[in-house]
Amino acid sequence: MSLLETRKLTAFYGDFQALYGIDTTLEAGETVAIIGANGAGKSTFLKAIAGLIRGEAGSVLLDGMPIGARAAADIVKLGVALVPEGRRLFSSLTVEENLLIGGYGRKMPGPWTLDRVYALFPILKERRHSATPTLSGGQQQMVAIGRALMSNPRVLLCDEISLGLAPIVIADIYAGLPQIKAEGASVVLVEQDIGQAMKVADRVYCFQEGRLPLTGRPRDLTREQIHRAYFGT
Amino acid sequence: MTGWIDALIQGVLLGGLYALFAAGLSLMFGVMRLVNLAHGDLIVLAAFAILVVAGKLGLDPFVAVLLALPVLFVIGFALQYVLLNRTLGRDLLAPLLVTFGLSIIIQNGLLQLFSADSQRLRSGAIETASIPLGGGIAVGVVPLLTLLSAIAVIVLLNFIFYRTPIGRAFRATSDDLEVAQLMGVDIRRIFAVAMGIAFVVIAIAALYLGLRANFDPTIGPARLLYAFEAVIIGGLGSFWGTLAGGIVLGLAQTIGARIDPEWQILAGHLAFLVVLVIRPRGLFPRAQD
Amino acid sequence: MGEAATGPTHTFSIRTTGRASHAALAAAAIILLTLALLPMFAGRTLIQDLIFLFYMLALAQCWNLLAGYAGLISVGQQAFVGLGGYLLFALTLIGGLNPLLAIPIAGAISALFALPTALIVFRLRGAYFAIGTWVVAEVYRLAFAQVKPLGGGTGTSLTPAVTSSVPGLDWVKTMLDVRTPAARDIISYWVALALVVGTLVAVYLILRSRRGLALGAIRDHETAAASLGVDIYRIKLVVYIATAAMTGMIGALIYLQKARISPDAAFSVLDWTAYVIFIVVIGGIGTMEGPVIGAIIFYLMQRYLADFGAWYLILLGTLGILIMLFAPRGLWGLILNWRDVTIFPIRRRLGRVKEANVTLD
Repeated sequence: MSLLETRKLTAFYGDFQALYGIDTTLEAGETVAIIGANGAGKSTFLKAIAGLIRGEAGSVLLDGMPIGARAAADIVKLGVALVPEGRRLFSSLTVEENLLIGGYGRKMPGPWTLDRVYALFPILKERRHSATPTLSGGQQQMVAIGRALMSNPRVLLCDEISLGLAPIVIADIYAGLPQIKAEGASVVLVEQDIGQAMKVADRVYCFQEGRLPLTGRPRDLTREQIHRAYFGT
Repeated sequence: MTGWIDALIQGVLLGGLYALFAAGLSLMFGVMRLVNLAHGDLIVLAAFAILVVAGKLGLDPFVAVLLALPVLFVIGFALQYVLLNRTLGRDLLAPLLVTFGLSIIIQNGLLQLFSADSQRLRSGAIETASIPLGGGIAVGVVPLLTLLSAIAVIVLLNFIFYRTPIGRAFRATSDDLEVAQLMGVDIRRIFAVAMGIAFVVIAIAALYLGLRANFDPTIGPARLLYAFEAVIIGGLGSFWGTLAGGIVLGLAQTIGARIDPEWQILAGHLAFLVVLVIRPRGLFPRAQD
Repeated sequence: MGEAATGPTHTFSIRTTGRASHAALAAAAIILLTLALLPMFAGRTLIQDLIFLFYMLALAQCWNLLAGYAGLISVGQQAFVGLGGYLLFALTLIGGLNPLLAIPIAGAISALFALPTALIVFRLRGAYFAIGTWVVAEVYRLAFAQVKPLGGGTGTSLTPAVTSSVPGLDWVKTMLDVRTPAARDIISYWVALALVVGTLVAVYLILRSRRGLALGAIRDHETAAASLGVDIYRIKLVVYIATAAMTGMIGALIYLQKARISPDAAFSVLDWTAYVIFIVVIGGIGTMEGPVIGAIIFYLMQRYLADFGAWYLILLGTLGILIMLFAPRGLWGLILNWRDVTIFPIRRRLGRVKEANVTLD
């Protein structure tokens, strides 16, 4: 049984169909990357898993148990945490408070504590009492990830964590990934940066206009295949 | 001269009462973006409740309020959970109109139960006690207590908001409702807790409302307007700002009354409009947004 | 590209009228004629009741335009009802103007007052805007209570000199064989009828115009509308001022008919806002048909239940809440769910007109 599975997941934004029956799996310990052009449905996919959007049809299974109909607040308590696109930190809260509130719904026992997060991203400890809008983009992304980790997730969903960041900053953030995996989280990465995604992922799903034309291991996929799946000709 | 100093002191003390009115409204808006048009009527309802409890049990209003606080928390919690939660999240119209309807129901329900007669909360000697400050100026004990209570309530609210986990949840929910849910915050419960706290503040405000002056079922809307004005003058997002707003409003009213007693309320409204024109974000708005 | 593509292209047109609205237009003409001729055979009570119905409907259409279309939820329209009423009294009692002439002038002056009012109140958004309008109404009330020539806090009445100077009184008295008070009511009736029809036409034209399309966009999604270049501020300002003018005229009529005014009555939240909101909500907010239904229902409730005093108001409040929670689009919304019908043709429908074969090269 996979850790996380979606079966024929279908979702709409109002009248617009964003997902057409998506089948995916995530095994424990895996890192899965989701790539695709803008508007392909990648973010919608993560939001549907995290419970921010309800799928019209199909199911989302965690350890074989359906979670598609459950509220977002419940899903995070079951161990699925989302690092939302654009970070979306709480501007009224300091860095430390943002991290602390990540642990608000904490029900899962696990390794992540405030100190552990500071060990992962030391710069945050220096800026712990700062207001989050004063942080750089990369630092904000670290807070967003740390915040999600505080709930001790078994599944960490990351939505475009490299967006708008300089390569060296992206490298810094991705440097933390092995530690996150070592502490027991399986990771789903939605990425625009295909190179980065291919480097860290065990498997890749390529979305195109709400469908899944291509999937496989990075080393098995050719550039032409990805290009075709990405743009669809 | 003493007349003017007296007006200033009375204005500040009156500001304490308005700050109490405003604190509940500020809390509701801060956490839930709910502007409760029934706010003033709820204060009046609470005053009548204290009247009945104090009368039936032969208690002093202060004691009655203390006993009533947990009950009022539960009532506020229930009201939000059962009724008001249904109105939020959609458009702006639903919570406004539902609370407006609630306002009418409360006013007329109270009229039916208690008639339009003026009432007063009785607490014995303390009602008329005053502390002389020399020069012929005295400060009433009840108004002074009102101001001190307002300060205490604001200190408490700030403590809750800035130093407790649930306060973090309040602020996070206020910032970004969706992402707060991603943190495991149960929005419906958080809103209900916030409303419960607001009801506790409303009860305290009601105590002082009833001690300071006569009240009847129809005075609710005016209190709503004062509360609202205090919040706007002070600036959104800050409880201390709300205190400042209340005091500014109180001063405007007492100074206006000093010029002409008929102008008291109008002076308050005009002060509000002036602040709205020259400092639309209020005197002490929160730094962000 | 170099490929020649052939295929059908469709030309689209925008339709606003449907079959139902054509039928409704004919029916409306008949109804209008009947109503105009009503004083010939109706009793005085019915005439007075209809005056009430007409002006409440007119007020409701105005509030609906503000709140349902422009997204400006005002709890302070009583400011302009009272202002219109006091202006009528001032223009006739003090200015010696003909009462019927005073009505449109009251409307124009109300619009003048509305401009600075809007500039102040528009600094608030959403729910705070609502309470802000209430504060402004209170300021108007308290201010007029200070105007001694118009009765101050206790108010005043129209003098017989004024009430008997309403044009057409003698004509009506002889034509319909009625006494002066009844004749005044009949003229008020015709003015009220003209006002409600005028309001309906004005609202209809505003919604049908390009501004109306913008209003629909603002109501549905303000940020999207703004990003498309819709000048939201100006449109809202125009709607606010236009509504104030209409409301002012209605207020002038109301107090011409009542012939007695006081600050508490003229600026009453209950009479000019609570009841109006109830009408719009129960009928269906955001539609023109809704307030018509709501006004009729409200009139019936007022006629038969108002004697129950506080209980009646509790009933209204409860009904309003229930409708907002369970049928937020009102009774008309329920009817629409059942049959997609439009009587006032303002919704725009995409209609396919013709197909053509075109060759691209």
